[in-house]
Amino acid sequence: MDSGRKASFILLAPPALFAAALLGVPLSAIFAISFASQDFLSLDWTPTFANYREALTEPIYRELLFRSLLVAGAATAATVALAFPVAYFVSFHVSPSRKALWLFLITVPFWTSYLIRVFLWKVILGFNGVINASLLEIGLIEAPLGFLLYNPAAVIITLAHAYAPFAILPVFVALERVDRSYLEAARDLGETGAGAFRRITLPLAAPGIAAAALVVFIPTMGDYVTPRLVGGPDGLMIANMIQVQFMRLNNAPLGAALAVLAMGSVALAAFALAPLSRRAAQ
Amino acid sequence: MKGPLRVYVLAYLAFLYAPIALLPLFAFNNSTIIAFPLEAPTLRWFAELGHTPALGAALGNSLLIAVLASGFATLLALAAARAATGRTFPGRQGILAFLMLPLVLPEIVLAVSLLVVTVQVFGWPLSRWTIVAAHTLLALPFALAILRSAFDHLDPAIEEAAIDLGRTRFGAFSAVMLPVIWPGVLSALLVGFTISLDEFIVAFFLSGAEPTLPVYIWGLLRFPSRLPVVMALGTLLVLASLCLLVLAEILRRRSLARIGHRP
Repeated sequence: MDSGRKASFILLAPPALFAAALLGVPLSAIFAISFASQDFLSLDWTPTFANYREALTEPIYRELLFRSLLVAGAATAATVALAFPVAYFVSFHVSPSRKALWLFLITVPFWTSYLIRVFLWKVILGFNGVINASLLEIGLIEAPLGFLLYNPAAVIITLAHAYAPFAILPVFVALERVDRSYLEAARDLGETGAGAFRRITLPLAAPGIAAAALVVFIPTMGDYVTPRLVGGPDGLMIANMIQVQFMRLNNAPLGAALAVLAMGSVALAAFALAPLSRRAAQ
Repeated sequence: MKGPLRVYVLAYLAFLYAPIALLPLFAFNNSTIIAFPLEAPTLRWFAELGHTPALGAALGNSLLIAVLASGFATLLALAAARAATGRTFPGRQGILAFLMLPLVLPEIVLAVSLLVVTVQVFGWPLSRWTIVAAHTLLALPFALAILRSAFDHLDPAIEEAAIDLGRTRFGAFSAVMLPVIWPGVLSALLVGFTISLDEFIVAFFLSGAEPTLPVYIWGLLRFPSRLPVVMALGTLLVLASLCLLVLAEILRRRSLARIGHRP
């Protein structure tokens, strides 16, 4: 090994060892524990699939897993769909010198306390909240609407707000790479504006859209705070159940199995989205 | 097309900023209920913040954890980013990808797996130090991405020139490269600091008797009478993170300018 290679190796060793200890070991441990079983206060390490069987057959766990996938999927679709026009606007209609400022404006709300932001959605959607108070004020309704808060829709709205920059930035980056001369060529050859968008801009932006969907889906699938604060009993998700298993019911093996299943769903989503971005890139 | 699109974008920005715009309204509102209509303006919720010792303790914990975690993460990322630009060796790409893994794991999974390892495998007590270690892990991918781009923009010839002129490898790094990538180091520190300060779920699982600020706020959210105080606290937090963000943005632009890129 020459000295340059050796230097690279020595430099990379500390971060690699750190990640192995704090990431490799914990993930292996959670995987191992998901095959163990809880024996009052100690763990019985005899390998068993019982936790996975329980997680996939007990109606409460199955429903929570299914609902988490559904809510995270809907939140991802809503976030990306709402964010796309904004990314398009910044990429195509903002002068290059002001793009950084626009991106800064978009990311600012994201850096403010996550807990308080989610809590404020409770204030906006609540019984005496902003929306109800405004609608009462202008006389559109006579009594506050009770269906705004504590349901999966409230979770989806709040998540679409919380993870907005995760969607805007990858789409923006992809749109910036679209060669503008293709669009001019399409227009010169008689394509309409909408046609050029559909046949050139959209396919070229697809990798960015797939990346955005993935980076939104990952954190929303495992979100704990939003379903807990605005979801109500019908809006709880898998992360809430994982927390209950670990901290209240003291059933770490079942909690670990649910965590592995959550991780598995995220990996499946990644595999589902990967070909989309690859095909579009060709 | 441009008109409706502009209207939509403005509406979207309103949607993004709506919750934060409400914060000061309720922070200065003289009512214990967080609802409309608003009452007279008051400063009592800010005054009450000063009389809450538990809050000071939580803030102290958070600041200590954020400083240490962002520092450790930046040091580790500096080494990794340098290794990423140097001579390659088998397995390097795999290790670099592994360091980015926390970005693609749901945080709840990280939180429970770290909890299991700390408590059930090693039997360590939960403390601020377990959170420092976990937050270092969470901040590392961000610091690494920032520092890799700082190193990518750097001409490797200047390091070689310094070595040819008699500097040691470490001397060349500290005298020639570090000054050039310094703004990148600062922005990695700031981003790590901000992430740690705001991180809730991992800290919630790993904090013992020493809550961080978000964990403390989470506790307050259960008591309706304490909510206006949370609003006042939130207003101050938004102002603080706004200052940090502006600072980070200035540093980022200066860093780009220093290596000859126009932002």
